[in-house]
Amino acid sequence: MIPEIGHFALILALCLAIAQAVFPLAGSLNNTPSWVALARPLAWGQALFLGIAIGALTYSFLVNDFSVSYVAYNSNTRLPIVYKISAVWGAHEGSLLLWAFFLGAWGAAIAIFSRHLAREVVGRVLAVMGMINIGFLLFMLITSNPFERMFPIPAEGRDLNPLLQDPGLALHPPTLYLGYVGFSVAFGFAIAALIGGRLDASWARWSRPWTTVAWVWLTLGITIGSWWAYYELGWGGWWFWDPVENASFMPWLAGTALMHSLAVTEKRGAFRSWTVMLALLAFSLSLLGTFLVRSGVLTSVHAFAADPARGLFILIFLLVVVGGSLALYAWRAPTIFGGGRFDLISRESFLLGNNLLLTVLTFLILFGTLAPLIYDAMNWGKISVGFPWFNRMFLMVTPFLAILLGFGPLMHWKRTDGAALMRKLRIAAIVSIVIGLIGFWPAISNGSLLVPLGLFLAAWLVTSLVVSIRDRLKHKRGLGGFLSDFGSSGGRSYYGMVLGHLGVAMFILGATMVSNHGIEKDVRMAPGESAEISGYRFVFDGVTRTPGPNFIANRGKFRVFRGDDEITILEPEKRTYLVQQMPMTEAAIDWGLTRDLYVSLGEDLGGGDWSMRLYYKPFVRWIWLGGLFMAFGGILAVTDPRYRSLKRKKKQEAPAGAAAPASLATENN
Amino acid sequence: MKILKTLVFLGMLLATGMAGATALSSYTFDSKEEEQAFRDFTAELRCLVCQNQSLAESDADLADDLRREVYTMWRQGRPQEEIIDFLVSRYGDFVLYDPPLKPSTYILWFGPFLLFVAGVVVLMRTLKRKNEDREVELTEEDKQRLSELLQDANENQDSKI
Amino acid sequence: MSSRTRYLIPLFVFLIMAGFLLKGLFMDPKFIPSVLIDKPAPEFDLPLLDKPDQTLAKADLKGKVWMLNVWASWCVACRAEHQVLNKLARMNVVDIYGLNYKDKRGDALNWLRNLGNPYVATIVDSSGRTGIDFGVYGVPESFIIDAEGVIRYKHTGPVNYEDIQAKILPVLNELKGATK
Repeated sequence: MIPEIGHFALILALCLAIAQAVFPLAGSLNNTPSWVALARPLAWGQALFLGIAIGALTYSFLVNDFSVSYVAYNSNTRLPIVYKISAVWGAHEGSLLLWAFFLGAWGAAIAIFSRHLAREVVGRVLAVMGMINIGFLLFMLITSNPFERMFPIPAEGRDLNPLLQDPGLALHPPTLYLGYVGFSVAFGFAIAALIGGRLDASWARWSRPWTTVAWVWLTLGITIGSWWAYYELGWGGWWFWDPVENASFMPWLAGTALMHSLAVTEKRGAFRSWTVMLALLAFSLSLLGTFLVRSGVLTSVHAFAADPARGLFILIFLLVVVGGSLALYAWRAPTIFGGGRFDLISRESFLLGNNLLLTVLTFLILFGTLAPLIYDAMNWGKISVGFPWFNRMFLMVTPFLAILLGFGPLMHWKRTDGAALMRKLRIAAIVSIVIGLIGFWPAISNGSLLVPLGLFLAAWLVTSLVVSIRDRLKHKRGLGGFLSDFGSSGGRSYYGMVLGHLGVAMFILGATMVSNHGIEKDVRMAPGESAEISGYRFVFDGVTRTPGPNFIANRGKFRVFRGDDEITILEPEKRTYLVQQMPMTEAAIDWGLTRDLYVSLGEDLGGGDWSMRLYYKPFVRWIWLGGLFMAFGGILAVTDPRYRSLKRKKKQEAPAGAAAPASLATENN
Repeated sequence: MKILKTLVFLGMLLATGMAGATALSSYTFDSKEEEQAFRDFTAELRCLVCQNQSLAESDADLADDLRREVYTMWRQGRPQEEIIDFLVSRYGDFVLYDPPLKPSTYILWFGPFLLFVAGVVVLMRTLKRKNEDREVELTEEDKQRLSELLQDANENQDSKI
Repeated sequence: MSSRTRYLIPLFVFLIMAGFLLKGLFMDPKFIPSVLIDKPAPEFDLPLLDKPDQTLAKADLKGKVWMLNVWASWCVACRAEHQVLNKLARMNVVDIYGLNYKDKRGDALNWLRNLGNPYVATIVDSSGRTGIDFGVYGVPESFIIDAEGVIRYKHTGPVNYEDIQAKILPVLNELKGATK
């Protein structure tokens, strides 16, 4: 019964989505306010019914209702409760439901937080989001219904894929999807603005916090995914340029460009058509990622099961949504003009440079990801495009990006005094060049030019940020001065930016160190034997059999010594999950800020001997810390009082139409 | 069929043995530098039967055989080009994560530079145009519209991102 | 370029990409075409399955069109294919030679005893080395080799009746026509 309620809720949500797509938009075009006013309640209803649907599916998992085939294939009575919940989005059908639910939830959030926005704008944004959800709900109901029953009812479920029975991967999809789906808001705002023909600073101002929130989720999702791959897949890598990884990285890059471009459009009214393009791009790439992951057109480490019928549906959906929006863009964008003039040395031009580099990088990755497909389709031969190609392309673009990024925060809008800028940054440049030169020292460079480059860039980012903070606080003193600045309007935006850019520096440092100083070693050991890497001695104490809730583990024990001191005990496992009979490695990691020690257990070679892989991973944590810093920077930026003040002031004012003097476009330095 | 379709994430891959990844433990090397060099070399060779894994990682049977061939040639001191030729002449460019530079891959290798250059050209043209533009401030109509949309009070804004 | 057409570029780029994606839906990303087509088959000299003291070399087959089928008793797909091969052998259009790939001798002999033997002879590649020379990446695979010892066709995966009609017989007819 409960699954039928879920199924029925999905159908109702589809009906509401159709109404939400039609009435507010039509109403805004033919001046029927009552139709436009339907947008908010419809968005509410959609979120509610999708919530019921996801609740019904969760319930089916919790009570082990194996008559639901999705539950039967992805759960088991012995599966721990946490993973029964995360199994809801563990496979294709359920993850689509989560997508649709998040889309509904974002719609409801807009309905709540945009009361001070003109109704017709809200109506159009929600209409666009309704159209998108029509696609997802149809897709689910036609090809991938999570509530489908099966007969005969199996006595036991096939269990969740063991790789997903892990806290990292329980969290990874929801965060990632919140990011993907969140870009639909910026997309909706862009389409609404194109339809309305008005792309102004207010549009940018409204899109901005939504974009930042979506970007924060996506950043977190990618960070968690990378961290999960590192410890769970047992090969110690944190990024492989796999198509699935690229599918999440491309919208992130476009979203990053969008966030920065929106700032320019808001403050200066410039780059309007470019910003709209990026808003369309960020969400289109999110949809493209869905296609790549679920259609099976590319070979990937962790794709969903391939199904051409699903692929065809998503492709048609892509054609409608992306093709339609780009056609609208081609029609309406030529009428967008505006934006003030600015000098070559100005914040606008540097942000434009940053935008173009990010966009070029996005398209490079898109090209590299699709290249094997293109080559195959054109009969040019079967090729693989792997990490060597991507690394080279990435390294071609990112140093320029990082250098620009150091200048950006110190620039003024419209015009910056180049000589003064150089004076301010002189010391930062000298310090970072010196640090870069130290990087050439053989013990540090380890024979790679990338180490001095990475150190230079990280140092440049940090020192230029320090200069920027000092510059900002030059008239303020001590902690009190900092706190008052922090609390001021725009203060958190600024410090959010600082944290985000610091995150980039941390990422560069971590990636540089672990790529050039990481050590890995495959060894065969008998109990009592030891192996040494980078001054750490791993003593193998053998393997014992230990049962888990739904698996049996062979648990190895390693005592790790540095010199004569025992610093830790590592217990990696090799698990066999009982239902799917899959071998899984659970690596054991002793983590630290300057290095991780990582052991993963391989095969039983007989006679107590085991094969195993030992890693020394210097500064690897900094990669994900960098991601967390970026995300936290984004959170800080959206909690800036200047966004809150809108609401507060709204309450003080008369409810409608009180024309206040517009200050948004005025410059204030 | 339904079962096949519903099974997700790595089904195939696990069958070919993703877990473990201690592929090189049975080989001996003269030094840890040599071992690292061998690992780096095989990391750029693609396992054919896996979803997307290198010879350095894969535990698949064929990967194991190919790794042994590569190891034997490596220990005989054959140049890397020869080992790569050995694999490519049997399996094609598909085995190389680092695609070779040849006429059919010119687009792959030089396309990005064109894109990069195109980006820089667009940047330069825009900057030049913007530098020459007359100042266009918002019109009164714009401002009116703005305030209607936002219904926002005057607030002190800061220029920071 | 007029300023209006400039705004059409994203749409065009997207449509081209969508075309490739559509084509991609009907391609198999894991299928790897052989680079050995129209190249001389690799040399081999391997023991026979039923008479391990005798060997068969590539040179022994010079002058006739033959088919090499790579199989193993542990290969599930080979079982379905085997009946098809039996039928192909009865058609007497081509001599089929088996390459028993990384298998146990006893298992392989049992397999042929129980399921029939379509092969003129089966050679044994216990290390998989010859398989690598042929670019084998998954059993079963089949090759058609002409009188000059050149590989003319490769079939990846199990051969079915349709494949015989649509692919294998046309290749064989063409090769026979050429030798007459």
